[in-house]
Amino acid sequence: MGQILPYVINGVSVGGQYALIAIGYTLVYGILRLINFAHGDVFMVAGLVMVYATASMPFYLALPLVLLVTVLLGFTIERVAYKPLRTAPRMSLMISAIGVSYLIQNLAFYITGGIPQPVTNPIPWISENVSLLGASTKRVTLVTPVLTILLVAALVYLIQHTRIGMAMRAAARDFETAQLMGVKINSVISMTFVIGSFLAGVGSMLYFTSYPSVAITSGGMPGLKAFVAAVFGGIGSIPGAVVGAFVIGLCEELIKGLGYTTFSDAFTFALLIVVLCVKPTGLFGEKVTDKV
Amino acid sequence: MKKLFAMLLTLALVLSLAACGGGSGASGGSADSSSGSGSGDAQPSGGSGSNPVVKIGVFEPQTGDNGPGGKQEILGMQYANYVQPTVDIGGTTYDVQLEIVDNRTTPENGPSAAAELMNRDVSVVLGSYGSGVSSAGGSVFQEAGVPAIGVTCTNPQVTSDCDVYFRICFTDPFQGPALASYAYNGLGVTTAYTLAMLGSDYDQGLVYYFKEAFEKLGGTVISEEFPEGSSNFVSYINNAKSAGAGVIFAPVSTNYAQLIIEAAGAQGFEGSLLGSDTWDNNKVAESTVGKDVSVEVTTFYQEGGNEEFDAGIKEWMNANSDALTNNGGNDMVSAVTAMGYDAYFTALEALKAAGSTDAGAVLAALPSVSYEGVCGLIEFDGIGDAKRDQAYIKRANTETGAWDFVKVQGVE
Amino acid sequence: MNKSKQKRDLLFLTVVLAAVLAVTIAMDMALPSYHIAIKVVKKATVYALVAVSMNLLNGFTGLFSLGQAGFMLLGAFSYGVLTIPVDKRPGVYQYFDGGAIKFSLPEVFAGVFGDTLGSVIGMLAALLVGGILAALMAWLIGLPVLRLKSDYLAIATLGFAEILRAFFQWNALGPITNGSNLLKSYPDFTYATAYVILAGALIALIVLLINSTYGRAFKAIRDDEVAAEAMGINLARHKRMAFIISSFFAGIGGGMLAMYNGTIAAASFKSTMTYEILLIVVIGGIGSISGSVIASFLYIISSEWLLRGLDSGEFLGVKAPGLFKNGFRMAVFSVIIMVIVLFFRKGLMGDKELPDLLRLGKRRKEAAPK
Repeated sequence: MGQILPYVINGVSVGGQYALIAIGYTLVYGILRLINFAHGDVFMVAGLVMVYATASMPFYLALPLVLLVTVLLGFTIERVAYKPLRTAPRMSLMISAIGVSYLIQNLAFYITGGIPQPVTNPIPWISENVSLLGASTKRVTLVTPVLTILLVAALVYLIQHTRIGMAMRAAARDFETAQLMGVKINSVISMTFVIGSFLAGVGSMLYFTSYPSVAITSGGMPGLKAFVAAVFGGIGSIPGAVVGAFVIGLCEELIKGLGYTTFSDAFTFALLIVVLCVKPTGLFGEKVTDKV
Repeated sequence: MKKLFAMLLTLALVLSLAACGGGSGASGGSADSSSGSGSGDAQPSGGSGSNPVVKIGVFEPQTGDNGPGGKQEILGMQYANYVQPTVDIGGTTYDVQLEIVDNRTTPENGPSAAAELMNRDVSVVLGSYGSGVSSAGGSVFQEAGVPAIGVTCTNPQVTSDCDVYFRICFTDPFQGPALASYAYNGLGVTTAYTLAMLGSDYDQGLVYYFKEAFEKLGGTVISEEFPEGSSNFVSYINNAKSAGAGVIFAPVSTNYAQLIIEAAGAQGFEGSLLGSDTWDNNKVAESTVGKDVSVEVTTFYQEGGNEEFDAGIKEWMNANSDALTNNGGNDMVSAVTAMGYDAYFTALEALKAAGSTDAGAVLAALPSVSYEGVCGLIEFDGIGDAKRDQAYIKRANTETGAWDFVKVQGVE
Repeated sequence: MNKSKQKRDLLFLTVVLAAVLAVTIAMDMALPSYHIAIKVVKKATVYALVAVSMNLLNGFTGLFSLGQAGFMLLGAFSYGVLTIPVDKRPGVYQYFDGGAIKFSLPEVFAGVFGDTLGSVIGMLAALLVGGILAALMAWLIGLPVLRLKSDYLAIATLGFAEILRAFFQWNALGPITNGSNLLKSYPDFTYATAYVILAGALIALIVLLINSTYGRAFKAIRDDEVAAEAMGINLARHKRMAFIISSFFAGIGGGMLAMYNGTIAAASFKSTMTYEILLIVVIGGIGSISGSVIASFLYIISSEWLLRGLDSGEFLGVKAPGLFKNGFRMAVFSVIIMVIVLFFRKGLMGDKELPDLLRLGKRRKEAAPK
């Protein structure tokens, strides 16, 4: 038990980080049927902004600023790159998403000079070491899953019990009918991106408290894995994304613990392909039929 | 109208991104003085006027995983160029001009970067920091018949498979066993855990030689690999702990080194973290501050080894904010910088001996060059490798964030 | 399209191709093999081939696959593993006792056909093996993956390419793949002309395929799957075929890329490479072969050569080290790409081909009275 405990703690923490990103994917996919490839990069930009902001201002200013910039970025991406393509074929939309991802990475590369930016001022308190049942870890490891659950509970409440939440559900169920029923589809979509980016921003702050530097590729892997988590849980479903994220986080760390470190990433993708082929709707996803 | 609006938004997006970078421009952007500026702004004003120019190519990564190291290496060359901007070749005084090309760390960018250097008509090439990209560039240098002096590329294949490649550093078959000797005899450790990045030939090569030597000494080695882009090293540290390893040997690039140190600190790993020459970087040393870790590395040079050089380059860096940024924000002298400095002077020696700026003549003159640099005597063996049998071991000081000298290590 | 038009198109194409060939030959004669112009032309032809192979799948069949880098990886490794000279193997496989494979195709064929011819045949055979392996792999993963719809297919193929990369870096396979270490010292064609002829011939094959009944079936599937099926097109079979053929050419392209690079590292075949090729296809126009070719040349020539100045302080005589620093080139590129994606969705050529341009003026006049 003492042997696997550190792996479990770490896995849960990693899962929490993935979960916060996965929600952004799943929300957007639920409504636009678009894999927002740029989401991982939004996550990375949040990390960079945090590095720069915490270096030049106190935390009570820096952290809200990070969230604000992240949300704005998500909002802008949707308005600039996705909205004009709403009637275009899905392939164009996906290409646009890949293009945005490419653009953000290259701009970040230009700004940082292609060199990982060290996190010099990690958020205090949560970056301190604590000891849990004999295993030493950072406090953020324990905070992440708790915060994730709280935020998800809030989000579920928002979606189930508010007007905008109802509009989002309507849009996810049937885009065009919702429009006919008077749902302001553009603001709903913007809201989706705002929520997704906000959670990615929070995730990013937690993530880069654990790790000492932000590289321009930092968003890529967590992004892809969070996407796999969203697919695994059933894309479009928020609880699904969260469960999927924790499962993947745990599996990954346990696989490392078993000594198959070479394949810790490959496993995630193998899982993706298996899920897609066996049960494309994932754990909690709804069945989608093609309309002719 | 809509398009215009969208265009404006795009612009806003770009600007907002640029702005958040600009927020603290000092740590973010680093204006690289690239091609040609070596002679432009680094020369003392009185020196030259109408001298003919000899070009030395600098084939170094400025971006990518090895970007920080490559920049530090270039600093050494730029400083050397500042100290000695001219060279007498065959009775004529030439201005030395550095032609810097970014090879972006990875082998697939090597050939075109190397071809670009050939296009600029250089007499000799310095670099690179890493071995993979050196090998990739080597074939182009060979085609062109231009000699290259490897600065810190330690894989034996770089020189053994390329007639025009020379190198001034020690090689992995030396460094790996030296580290193994240090771990086994110096630290008294019998179980070692090695960690290398998947897909990095440098990491894998060093681990191979370390493992071979450590097992020959009677120790046990557990080897693991992590995928590129990993940032969570907690489980790897736990694996090392449960294997009972007294030392973690991870010859990885500086970014991963910091992540590993962070994880080892958080997990309370009690043994030593052993690094190779890549770890000899001020960022790595700084990341140990306030953590309960012991980090030791092998390297080519120890600050304090040559007072005059140290003082000079510190003064130069402090007077030049770009240089300071490229060095990682402070004036600590990395071994790779000293090596870059030596490489530049080795190239000058070769040019002098050749008596001509012709690349072929320089190539012919290089094998017999002998130069006493700040990192020790440089002489080449038959393959083109420097004859070196000593490495410096340094330990990171967790209070000051600087490197402390431990000992000079050979293979035992 | 009547006969005389077809003839004129053919003539036009022949003239263009002959001109390209003549320019390449002239370059090979005038410039040394290490000259950047030669390097750039070699790389651009390889990218052209790979971009066309991707276009065949994404543009002509409407299957959005992002596994290109994986298939190129297979081709590159097959080429390297099969062509490294035997006496170089102990050096290359320095950590794996000289590797498990103790022969080299160019040397085997050299024994039969003489040195020059034999080596060339051996190199071509190795490329072919790479293509066939990639095609086999495509068949294998196509079984489960091709049933998926657009974006699921994209992400599944992307995942597959990542898995493949992990396998090739696995030390247990080291005696064959050399694990994480570089494969090198294998032969290359010195002249850019060889690249142009080889890639040109392969692209011509793809064009022939697209103009055949199969090609028309592919386009029908792209335009409307349900309608295509109703017309009696076997969806599964044609999708599989397009996937396998595209992968075959991507495999050969990977082998040629390896040839050009001089070294092979699995680490370079990342999803970024796939994205780059996809964006080239988009720039050229999805569904246009000549567009992909032209875009490859534009992209490679400017990014590897002409625009290098954007990264190093001086461009077109303007000195601005603060602005023109590392990464500016790619930043400019990605902005251009986004502008194309958003505002010029058809790319350079739309779904037109080079000969269509001849008729463009005429067609406009015809269209005007409506």
